Amino acid sequence: MTDQAVPAAPPVGEITLEAGAGGFGGAESQAAAVGGMTRQTQFGNIRRRFLRNKLAVLGLVILTIVFVTAVFAPIIATHPPTAQDLNITLQGPSSEHWLGTDELGRDVFSRIVHGTRIAVTVGLVSIFLALVIGVVLGSVSGYLGRGWDALIMRVADVFFAFPLIIGAIIIILVVGRGVAPVIIALGLFSWATIARLLRSSILSIRESEYVEAARSLGAGKWRIVTRHILPNSMAPVLVYAMVSVAGAIVAQASLSFLGVGVPPDVPDWGNMISSGQKYFGFKDYLWFFPSMAVVFTVLGFVFVGDGLRDALDPRLR
Amino acid sequence: MGKYVVRRLLQMMLVLFGATIILFLCLFVVPGDPITTLQGEGRQLDPSTRAALEQRYDLDKSIPQQYISYLGRLTQGDLGESYVYRRSVNTILSEKLGNTAKLSLASIVLMIAFGVAAGILAAVFRYSFFDVLVTLATTFAVGVPVLIIGLGLQNVFAINLGWLPLQGQSAGNRALILPAITLASLDTALVSRLMRGTMSEVMRADYIRTAYAKGLSKRVVMLKHALRNSIIPVLTYLGIAFGGLLGGAIIVETVFNWNGIGLALVGAIQSQDNPIVLGAVTYGVLVFVLVNLVVDVAYAFLDPRIRLE
Amino acid sequence: MSEALLSIEDLRVHFHTDAGVVKAVDGVSWSIAPGETLGIVGESGSGKSVSALAVMGLVEVPPARYESGRILFKGRDLLIADEKERRAIRGKEISMIFQDPLTALNPVFRVGHQIAEVIQAHEKMGRIAARAKAVDLLGEVGIPNPRQRAREYPHQYSGGMRQRAMIAMALALDPVVLLADEPTTALDVTVQAQIMDLLIRLQSDRGTAIVLITHDLGLVAGHADRVLVMYAGKVAELGTLDDVYYRPRHPYTLGLLNSLARMDQRRTERLQPIIGQPPSLIRLPPGCPFNPRCPFATDICRREMPPLEPKDGPAHLAACHHSDQVALAQSPAAS
Repeated sequence: MTDQAVPAAPPVGEITLEAGAGGFGGAESQAAAVGGMTRQTQFGNIRRRFLRNKLAVLGLVILTIVFVTAVFAPIIATHPPTAQDLNITLQGPSSEHWLGTDELGRDVFSRIVHGTRIAVTVGLVSIFLALVIGVVLGSVSGYLGRGWDALIMRVADVFFAFPLIIGAIIIILVVGRGVAPVIIALGLFSWATIARLLRSSILSIRESEYVEAARSLGAGKWRIVTRHILPNSMAPVLVYAMVSVAGAIVAQASLSFLGVGVPPDVPDWGNMISSGQKYFGFKDYLWFFPSMAVVFTVLGFVFVGDGLRDALDPRLR
Repeated sequence: MGKYVVRRLLQMMLVLFGATIILFLCLFVVPGDPITTLQGEGRQLDPSTRAALEQRYDLDKSIPQQYISYLGRLTQGDLGESYVYRRSVNTILSEKLGNTAKLSLASIVLMIAFGVAAGILAAVFRYSFFDVLVTLATTFAVGVPVLIIGLGLQNVFAINLGWLPLQGQSAGNRALILPAITLASLDTALVSRLMRGTMSEVMRADYIRTAYAKGLSKRVVMLKHALRNSIIPVLTYLGIAFGGLLGGAIIVETVFNWNGIGLALVGAIQSQDNPIVLGAVTYGVLVFVLVNLVVDVAYAFLDPRIRLE
Repeated sequence: MSEALLSIEDLRVHFHTDAGVVKAVDGVSWSIAPGETLGIVGESGSGKSVSALAVMGLVEVPPARYESGRILFKGRDLLIADEKERRAIRGKEISMIFQDPLTALNPVFRVGHQIAEVIQAHEKMGRIAARAKAVDLLGEVGIPNPRQRAREYPHQYSGGMRQRAMIAMALALDPVVLLADEPTTALDVTVQAQIMDLLIRLQSDRGTAIVLITHDLGLVAGHADRVLVMYAGKVAELGTLDDVYYRPRHPYTLGLLNSLARMDQRRTERLQPIIGQPPSLIRLPPGCPFNPRCPFATDICRREMPPLEPKDGPAHLAACHHSDQVALAQSPAAS
């Protein structure tokens, strides 16, 4: 009876599941394997998971506040940001000047509000620039491979070798101070990581089985690229982009602080912190409030970025 | 493995070339008048000095030739002369290198001691109070820029509490504490998150289950099997972070008046002493590339799958 | 039948997840005697692996809970033993090998070291002695050049060799029970046969009892003394190999056998798959879990869970209200 030659037949009705590499599994994976559940992440799912994350929602609220402030700055500000009044210099917070005045009698609150515009503009535009360059080069690198890949990656390495602030300093040194140079400089030294990220994302997806499956079903190259590879590979890039904006805003403030950013009379958080340093210890509100503005904005991006990452990664819970 | 090292060495050379090209372009090509860039704006030079400088920097030759001689000067350590101090940039900077190095090393120690340890503990005791605490702290450290952490720490510990010195290095090792913490903050947070994430993922691997199935204790499984697999990306990151510390050092040294390369760089920016600016940047890039090479080689050692290919 | 070496009694392991309670193992009992081979057959999700993991104590307890039952090993209930006791047993008296040998071995440690590790964890043996023993073991499981191979890393081994190394590791301390969870599923067909032969040989050398967990009926047919069929976390049928394969008394078993391509029968009819899908273990239908797919199901099947009772002799048990009908409807080869 024990017939060694009996070929093994696939079990009847076996369900396919994606319980990870047959893993030991966190609870859910073990339970999923046992319970026969399959998981698929789609847009609606992602949105729901994102919104369930309290920090992420908080981040979204923060960002909304920041954007609204930037857009409606002239309306929200109580005084013109550059209006000097040498009679009321260095006054602490009051009902007239909510956050006090600086050494030239300018209203701190209004300057902070207007500073939002610079921060947001610089942050978004520079990273947008970095995204454009990075996505294009990263995709070429990932899809076309071979020579293009090698070339682009070497170039990326070179840009990568310059820490953000240092690279920006060099560009500004050569081109001069101002908002545009800062934007370009930050964009130039941020694209490399984005390109790398996209490239490795594409590489790992290109070889994955569902792409192979699509190919074997006869899907054309273009369809594979747009429908399968691109959406999945962009996810980590988008998450990183969020965090990069935060980094760009910090870099921009730091550059202004060091005296190489936007011109000194422009209401900018970094500039305010820098000039506030002179009064360290007795007029702390001068550097404190702009600092809080930076922290607030940055945390918004960080929370949203983290939330996005957690929502997009099905394995993380 | 030898092949791997050679390949990485070649890549490093390429990157160095590329970086020097960028610096060269910024120094000599893009600006209308390189001498002005080198000597700073608003300096009037008499014709003979200008001619001498032009000759020294081979400005009469073609651009590729200028690049060659620029490279030549670089390899000899000639970074030009400081406009303000009238001394060799190299001499000035090497004096300050030690201070920046001290600060960097202290930061790395903090990153390892706190970042790695916190990450491991957070992963092993996932979702516990400690884990939540660590997550909050790291989010804070990531969100608050180095600049503001520095100012904040100064304000609290130096001015208000008076426990630690405000600036400078006269107080010996105590003076190192606040700057090192500030410089290390962001990376420590990132390291700890990375460690936690990697370790959490590794902990779910099949070979960890096998290790338990062999009857090994939780401590051995975590600290031997899990750690050894999770540490690799963390070490890689630490290496990269170390290489990039100059960026953070600029700010930290400014806030704490720490006499290192970063402070020199900032001073040079403000006094438009461009040779020092470019010299400092060159230092920074060089260190970064070298450290990355070391990290890559170390990575190969640690991961036998790469080592034996 | 000799007294049971290891037995589980009415074991219930439930996972409490966000989506609900997954009753992975729900009232399962089986036992194994020294030197015997027990085959546990079922689909993915039937709970067969979890019951083995429960024996080893490798089920993550926060999401999982042992709602009831005992796991008796040499007279002791493992579920109430403390961790130290369980650790002493793991790897030494009860061992387990897993499905995918590539991921089951730690990629950053040498193979010889990983085997020596289990030896040193339980015995007072020096590093050199343990290494030497590891080399011997590698030789015993049929790996050529064992001394050299011991110094290599898992990724340098082929799939079959890795599984052999896992077996060496599991049998290093001569356990009395070996739990083999899908040991051949991830391997090529030719290698599968080799690995099974190896296991059988080692078993006869050492008298190890083997619990062979698989979805592959053919594998069990070749190697098991007794068979346990699981479905949806419960035992469907339990008996000797002959009992279950030639006189099935549960519709699920019958369905499995009918869907199998067998070389000892003439194929005059088409293969018959079992219709439908396995149930979600969070939302089990009332009554017998197989009833939605069962050709013999009646009202009582939808209301009452059938008890596991002897149907064809005291050692042949099935959980079905209509075993007699199953007996009548058997596959042609059974006569």
